[in-house]
Amino acid sequence: MNILKFIESFTDDNLINSTGSRRDSFAQFGNIGKNIALASIPFGLSALSNKAFAKDITATPATPIGALQFALTLEYLENEFYAMALDSGVIPASENGGRDLKVFQQIADHEADHVKFLIAGLGGTMSANFVPKPTFDFTVGGAFDPFNDYPTFLALAQAFEDTGVRAYKGQAANLITTPDLLTAALQIHSVEARHASEVRRLRGLKGWISNAERGAGMPAATQAVYDGEGVTIQAGFNTASAFGAAAGSEAYDEPLTTQQVVDIANIFIV
Amino acid sequence: MKNEVKIHEVDPAQNSRRSFLKLSGLTLVTTGLVLAGCSDNDNDNDMPDNSLPGIRNGVFDLGSGDFGVLTYAYALEQLEADFYTKVVNSSSFNTVFSSVEREVLTDLYHHEVVHRDFFKAALTGALPNPSTQLLPALAFNYGSLNFNSRTEVLATAKALEDTGVAAYNGAGKLIKTADYLLLAGKIVSVEARHAAAIRSLINPNSKDFAGDDIVNMSTGLDDAKDPSKILPIAANFITTKFTAQYLP
Repeated sequence: MNILKFIESFTDDNLINSTGSRRDSFAQFGNIGKNIALASIPFGLSALSNKAFAKDITATPATPIGALQFALTLEYLENEFYAMALDSGVIPASENGGRDLKVFQQIADHEADHVKFLIAGLGGTMSANFVPKPTFDFTVGGAFDPFNDYPTFLALAQAFEDTGVRAYKGQAANLITTPDLLTAALQIHSVEARHASEVRRLRGLKGWISNAERGAGMPAATQAVYDGEGVTIQAGFNTASAFGAAAGSEAYDEPLTTQQVVDIANIFIV
Repeated sequence: MKNEVKIHEVDPAQNSRRSFLKLSGLTLVTTGLVLAGCSDNDNDNDMPDNSLPGIRNGVFDLGSGDFGVLTYAYALEQLEADFYTKVVNSSSFNTVFSSVEREVLTDLYHHEVVHRDFFKAALTGALPNPSTQLLPALAFNYGSLNFNSRTEVLATAKALEDTGVAAYNGAGKLIKTADYLLLAGKIVSVEARHAAAIRSLINPNSKDFAGDDIVNMSTGLDDAKDPSKILPIAANFITTKFTAQYLP
C-alpha cells in the first residue's frame, strides 16, 4: 500500500469535515500514524511506482558516499520545511521578544548551509554521487497544517531535529574510514542537537529526551522518532542506577538506522 | 608528526589561561598548574600508535588509540561532573537560580555524573590492566570562580559544554572501533543539547543557542578541536598532573 494512496483514502474518509483546529490536527496525525503502522508499508516497492504513487526514497548504502547522500536528503527536508515556514509567516515575529523568529531564522540558515556543504562534499550537482531534492508534502496529504498552525509547525520542527540527531549518529560508523567526512558529519550532528534542544525548550520541554517520550503535545505519529531512546544500559553500564531511568536515558541519545529514518522521511515525500 | 602536550608549572598569566578567559568571559585568578605546550615532536618513530594509558616518567599519560581517546573523554567528564556537583551543592543554589535554571543545572549534574561513572566502568572493563591503566580520580580547583554568581556559573557551564562538544567532535576521527565511536556520538549530542540550553538561559531571546560565535556562518558546522587544543582549556581547573603525549 502506497503512502499517498493511503493518505488519500484517509483524507476522503476523515478529513472532509475537519475543523482544522490544533487539537484535531494532532488527533488526525495520531490516527494516521497508527494506521500507517498497521499498514506496514513496503517502502522498497515504491521504486516501481508510477506518477500516481509517492516517490519514496530508499535506504542509501552503508558507505561514506551513501551516508552523505542520506544526510543531504534529510537536510533538503529540513531546509525546505524552514524556508516554507519563514515564507508563510506562521512563525510569530513578536512573541517572546522575537525569540521564535530569531531561532528559526538561525536554524533555517544552518540547514541551508548544510545543504550547500553536503552538495559540495558530494562533488557538486553534476557529480554522479549527487542526489536531487525529493518533492516534500509537509501537510501529509492535507492531514495537518504546519504553515498555518504554529503549534503543528513547532511539533514537526522538534520531530525533524530529534530525527536529525539520531540519523547522523546512525551514519557515524559508515564514515569511520573517512576521517574528514566523519568530522564534518559530527560537526553537523552537534548543530542538529543544539537545534533540537532549543526547539524542545521553545515547546516547554526539556532540551533532552527522557526515556522514549516524545513529550507533551507531540502527535502520536511522531513516536517513531523516539522509540528506542529509553536505553539505560550503555556498554554494560546501568545509567539508571545513580539518578533513575529518566536521567540515565537523557544522558545518551540513541541512533536510528538508515531504514528507520527513511521510513520517517517518506511520510513527507510525495 | 605529533604534538606533545606537557604538564608543567606555569605562571597564572599563561596563554592557555587567557584562551579560557576568552571562552568563558570570566575572570579567573589562580590554579596551580595547567597543561600546556603542543611543541612539535619529531621522534614519532618511538611513539607507538597504541600506547596504553598509564604512568610514564612518573606522570599519568592518557595514551593513544581508542583507550587514549576514551581516557581523554573520561578526564573531561570528570571535570564536568565535578563542576556541576559543586554548582548544585552550593548553599546559594536555590536563591541564585530560577526554578527553570535549577532544573537544567540539576539535569546536567545528573548527566555528567552518569557520563563520568560510565567511562570509569567502561574503561575498567576494557583496559587490559585497569589497576595501572585507569586514569585516577582527578582533583580540581576553580580559583576565584564564584559559585554564588549566576553569571559566572552559567558562563563557565557554557564554556565547559561548548568545549565538550568541540572535544568530542575533534576526537571522533581518532576512534577506530565503531562501537566506541557510537558511544561517543551518543554523548556528544547530549553535550550539544546542554550547550544550547545554557546559552539560551544566558541570552534567551536570541540565536545564541547555536550562535555565530560557535557555529560557522558559511558551513553551518559546529566547532571541532584536537585534544592538544582542548586540554589547556580544561587544565585551568584540573590540578592533577597528567600528559597526553600520544594524542594530536
